[in-house]
Amino acid sequence: MGEAIVITSGKGGVGKTTTSANIGTALALQGKRVCLVDTDIGLRNLDVVMGLENRIIYDLVDVIQGRCKIHQALVKDKRFEDKLYLLPAAQTTDKTAVEPEQMKELINNLKQDYDYIIIDCPAGIEQGYKNAIAGADKAIVVTTPEVSAVRDADRIIGLLEKEEGIEPPKLVINRIRSHMMNSGDMLDVDEVTTHLSIDLIGIVADDDEVIKASNHGEPIALNPNSKASIAYRNIARRILGESVPLQQLDKEDKGVFSRIKRLFGVK
Amino acid sequence: MKKTQNVTIKGTKDGLTLHLDDTCSYTELKNELDRKLSNSSRVQEEAKLLSVKVKVGNRYLSEEQKEELRDLIRQKRNLIVEEIETNVLTKEEAERLKQEGEIVSIARIIRSGQVVEVTGDLLLIGDVNPGGTVKASGNIFIMGSLKGIAHAGCTGNDQAVIAASVMKPSQLRISECINRAPDQGTEEDDKVMECAYISEDRQILVDRLQVLIKKRPNLTRFEGGR
Repeated sequence: MGEAIVITSGKGGVGKTTTSANIGTALALQGKRVCLVDTDIGLRNLDVVMGLENRIIYDLVDVIQGRCKIHQALVKDKRFEDKLYLLPAAQTTDKTAVEPEQMKELINNLKQDYDYIIIDCPAGIEQGYKNAIAGADKAIVVTTPEVSAVRDADRIIGLLEKEEGIEPPKLVINRIRSHMMNSGDMLDVDEVTTHLSIDLIGIVADDDEVIKASNHGEPIALNPNSKASIAYRNIARRILGESVPLQQLDKEDKGVFSRIKRLFGVK
Repeated sequence: MKKTQNVTIKGTKDGLTLHLDDTCSYTELKNELDRKLSNSSRVQEEAKLLSVKVKVGNRYLSEEQKEELRDLIRQKRNLIVEEIETNVLTKEEAERLKQEGEIVSIARIIRSGQVVEVTGDLLLIGDVNPGGTVKASGNIFIMGSLKGIAHAGCTGNDQAVIAASVMKPSQLRISECINRAPDQGTEEDDKVMECAYISEDRQILVDRLQVLIKKRPNLTRFEGGR
């Protein structure tokens, strides 16, 4: 019996889909059977980020309305032998096509066959959000170190805490720009964590490679050399129960001048 | 034997007091009050209005009855009822009073979009995040940081106060008064252990917590001891 984790944020554009794709990928790399579920009906993206768009035959709404069986709609990711599947969202209808009860049943069915169900939640707190969290056991809230994103994360955490059957949510801080944090122009990790006062499960640095990889339909977690990839793999290991220390952000200025200064022991 | 009086009028240095007996029936009382006030009218046409207190002892008067007595007294003489005092409380009133006197403690974080409203004083063990709101008919004490909205004395109590370990509210409201944070936040300011109250000129003031000892001595409920 697997475990369903919903990835949510409230605000749009903070990296829910990227986080879903990469956590799913990283868990699959750890040898777990993973099913990604895109609940952003009408605005599906997860398939594009995973590079599986061309293989979609049926979608989530088809399954729920009984036009096909679950296994017919699941898209297999060939890069992982039988470890990673995607249940894509429908593009032609909207979020009202599905009811929370139906989602719950669907997720419960998937839990029989997979170790982890990663549910990608749409932005907002309306029907789409309610559908996404209906079947979840755990929740991960994604935020960026921006005041508006943190505000929305706070709202979402408040709503999640009211839900019965979902464990207290965990926090991922995404798109960290260490130079801005060091200069104090951006909220730092501690500020965000104390403000939201929930457990931090990972921090991900802002990395151009992430965008590049998403555009190619290859989640960054597949590339073992990128910093963001290691961050996502660490999150996956923490989900599996390992205790992994937080990634060190670049504390020093990389400029030549400061290096010389350091050489002479000025600072 | 002469019947005891149901209505007695007493003059004190604070003015007139009407003592109404609480053992007779209401109609009896009303009739006698009517008679008495008519009889004893040493009419002083030019006299200015005189305020009286009405003490009804252990009698419960409904709002209509109170109004009736007020009218009666007002019509007969140049008297005006200042207040009607009774020893009796209805159960609802008693329960409300008890609730208002209580301190409700809540241990959680009030997040954006959440509203917590209590009757009585609120003791919050946790923070109020921006976008969150706490309301109390009495005082509000926050052990964590107040970054959202706090509304003390929300049923119209001007004496209510708000105290917080970290006072960085987006808005403070006490009774009918509203005060908001300055647009340019002064980040350096120490906002630790502060309180807010309504000053004499009906403005919300924020000050060190310790000023409450002088400004609101009624906050102390501890009796006896040293």
